[in-house]
Amino acid sequence: MDLFSNAIVAGILLGAFYAAVAVGLAITFGQLDIVNIAHPAFVIVGSYCTWIVNSRLGLDPVLAGVLLTPFFFVAGAAIYRIYYAAFERTGQESLSGLAFFFGVMFIIEVVLILVYGVDYRLVTAGYIGDTIEIGYVGIPYRMLVPCLVATALTLGVWLYLSRTFMGRAILAVAQDRLALQLMGADPVRIKQFAFGLAIATTAIAGALLIIIGPVEPSVGRVYIGRAFAIVVLGGMGSIPGMIVAALILGVVETLVGTFMGPSWAPAVAFGVLLLTLAIRPSGLFGRQ
Amino acid sequence: MVNRRTLLRAGVAAGALFAAAALVPPAAHSQAKQPIKIGFSMALTGGLAGAGKAALIAMEIWRDDVNKRGGLLGRPVEFVYYDDATAPAKVPPIYSKLLEVDKVDLVVSSYGTNEIAPAMPIVMRKKLVFPSLFGLAVNDEFKYDRYFQIMPAGPEPKTDWSRGFFELALQQKPKPATVAIVAADAEFALNAAAGARANAKKMGFKIVYDKTYPPATTDFTPIVRAIEAAKPDIVYVGSYPPDSVGMVKAANEVGLKAKLFGGGMVGLQFAAIQKNLGPLLNGVVNYDFWVPEPTLNFPGVNEFLAKYQEAAKGKGVDPLGHYLPPYAYAYLQVLEQSVNAVKSLDQAKLAAHMHKATFKTVVGDVKFGRNGEWARSRVLMVQFRDVQKDNLEQFAKPGKRIVLYPNDWKSGDIAYPYKQ
Repeated sequence: MDLFSNAIVAGILLGAFYAAVAVGLAITFGQLDIVNIAHPAFVIVGSYCTWIVNSRLGLDPVLAGVLLTPFFFVAGAAIYRIYYAAFERTGQESLSGLAFFFGVMFIIEVVLILVYGVDYRLVTAGYIGDTIEIGYVGIPYRMLVPCLVATALTLGVWLYLSRTFMGRAILAVAQDRLALQLMGADPVRIKQFAFGLAIATTAIAGALLIIIGPVEPSVGRVYIGRAFAIVVLGGMGSIPGMIVAALILGVVETLVGTFMGPSWAPAVAFGVLLLTLAIRPSGLFGRQ
Repeated sequence: MVNRRTLLRAGVAAGALFAAAALVPPAAHSQAKQPIKIGFSMALTGGLAGAGKAALIAMEIWRDDVNKRGGLLGRPVEFVYYDDATAPAKVPPIYSKLLEVDKVDLVVSSYGTNEIAPAMPIVMRKKLVFPSLFGLAVNDEFKYDRYFQIMPAGPEPKTDWSRGFFELALQQKPKPATVAIVAADAEFALNAAAGARANAKKMGFKIVYDKTYPPATTDFTPIVRAIEAAKPDIVYVGSYPPDSVGMVKAANEVGLKAKLFGGGMVGLQFAAIQKNLGPLLNGVVNYDFWVPEPTLNFPGVNEFLAKYQEAAKGKGVDPLGHYLPPYAYAYLQVLEQSVNAVKSLDQAKLAAHMHKATFKTVVGDVKFGRNGEWARSRVLMVQFRDVQKDNLEQFAKPGKRIVLYPNDWKSGDIAYPYKQ
């Protein structure tokens, strides 16, 4: 019982972190249909920037991540402009756009290696290493703080998209671009804003990643499969669906890892994804 | 009058002159200056790049040292190398290119079990001498007689790797009875776990947990909790750098009650990780190959480390260079001393010499035994002690990594149970 409740709690903590990694992709891939395979690479850039701010200025990593969001937003908007001018405007986004983001991913990795080298980077913070005990459940701060921040981030993005004018414009441009144009809004500016927002989330996700464990430039590749799987499982375009999917993935991985053996965890977790898609092809909360 | 026919004749004559000049064999002295090319792949990007890049720096120091002394056989030494990105699939095409296109004279291996094994079939087909850098039990199945491993894992690498850990456990009173074995799903770690299993059975320990985890695991807390639930007396871990960090942190967070923890964790030898984990490392007993303890003060090693530390500045690699660099230098010293001894690049003669000679290197005396592994194991079991928070310089001096095993190199006694 002790082990089971610890596993559930650990799974929720892990799932919340996965949601933070995937929320930006839920916007770009889930809503804007941009196959941004470089998304996890941006998360790694967020980790490295957090590491610089943490090691040079001594700022808390979460604070560092939050302070970096405006810069990431601007970078995201700029990258979208290039993508739009080169591919979307001419209608070549499906394959050429994917190749473009593959290229962006490799460039990011190589630039990180050239600038920072390949040694593992870690951050220091007062709470990393301590554990809080609630009954017989032990929760390490190293996982709790990312979970709380991730929850705030994903709920914040969800509220923004569903309650504000710009947020609803983003949802609208995904559903019916022409109708949006007829309503007087510029779909390109809206998509640019959305892409910038998605990349801004990677600053925070990267900060959380480097709190949890060491980072080096190729670590992002491990998250490509998970992030896309979470977005698809949740239902393209649905942020609440993505959150639920991430939690399911985290809990299933942890339960299987604890009771069956960790080497089974990815197989079972992705098996759950496939089963869900077989029963409900549009994902958990996706529109039919 | 210059007509077309005259021009044609002039052209043919010029062409013939050119061809004749090109076919004249190069003069004897320029042949002697032709460089000796040593080819290899190295993990310069990807998960093991931290150590791979450090190894390359050490190898370049060797190359420059050798060239200052006049090169090998009077010829300058050049490297031809490519990044294998810690991806085993990239290794065979790289070695094919090195041999068929770049036509290197000698080959050495990349770093790590997973990157050495894929090159073996190619090297074996061409019957080349293959000095190798840190592969665990790669030659157990191939049984290639021109393979030479610089990692001092001994004549039976799979079991020699973890033997020290279990022998230390046997010496404690009361004798620990149960062991948990956990390893990453990757060739090196699986080999280490197989050896640990064999040692545990041979020495009478009961295995209460024996599982592997996928290398991409993010959170190790559930794994450590599951281990703790099995209540093992000792825990043997076979892991790569990010997992090693995850396991050490999780063991502290969960409050692992085992009396001995560590064993085969790669990464705890790297300066950046040692500095970050700091006091969390205290008590952990793990493998290592060279530490700055007085019992390991081999001739030349401190001079080499000073050169390495200077060259490593600003390159984003391990600043101290205690783990791989001395051995990367040494495996080329073995090659150099063999070439000088047999005075040729003949692979059969080199292999024969490497089998019988004892080499004097920066990591001490090196003698190869059965299957190209070290004739005598020198896998050190090292315990972290008195490690302070946030301090890199402390690891450059003795006293923080005490050698417990083997006896010949012992520099202190074990603190048991590991968490005091």
